[in-house]
Amino acid sequence: MADIYRALADETRRLLMDELAAGEGKTLFELCGALTMGHGLTMSRQAISQHLTVLEDAGLITTQRRGRSKFHYFTPAPLAEIQQRWPNERTPS
Amino acid sequence: MKIGLTSVFVDDQQHARQFYTEVLGFRIKHDIPFGEDSWLTVVSPEDPDGTELLLEPAGHPAVKPYRDALMEDGIPLAQFQVTDVASEHARLTGLGVQFTQGPTDIGTAVIAVCDDTCGNLIQLVAPVQS
Repeated sequence: MADIYRALADETRRLLMDELAAGEGKTLFELCGALTMGHGLTMSRQAISQHLTVLEDAGLITTQRRGRSKFHYFTPAPLAEIQQRWPNERTPS
Repeated sequence: MKIGLTSVFVDDQQHARQFYTEVLGFRIKHDIPFGEDSWLTVVSPEDPDGTELLLEPAGHPAVKPYRDALMEDGIPLAQFQVTDVASEHARLTGLGVQFTQGPTDIGTAVIAVCDDTCGNLIQLVAPVQS
């Protein structure tokens, strides 16, 4: 599994997470449209697909088939690793 | 030069005839027996002399992998123009049509993507009046 820090270290991947965190599962087509029309990114479909693979390897998104199409969903659970490692409250030493 | 006819591949022409007329609301323009299949075209009732859409049998072996790959990624194979995507989405959803993308404002247009039950995704588009 790719570590979440590398997965988060890219603005395009963070935008993809924003798009998926905002709503329902989305197809690659919808995500490409959102990045192009919503964020002015000009990036190939293949490049976006590769970014999604990095996020999926890090456990930050999952994919699920509905009918014959593949939908991407945001799964924030791995982000808890950051919180656990560096909690908000300082622990007394 | 102008576009007189374009086509989508359909799994089953009889089913496509029903879906494209009864659900989407197109009209049959030509239905001419052609071997085991038909030369089956539809037009919009709003433009009966306009561009025809050929509902072409999907029997060629190259068609299935091509369409399956597009379907997986949610990529529509044709675009149909409507006046209001939200009301068309509501109407079609009521008829049991599945959407892979609900009405989405992309700035220059509102779009949505639905499954035509014949093996294709179709994009509905309503240009935003500027």
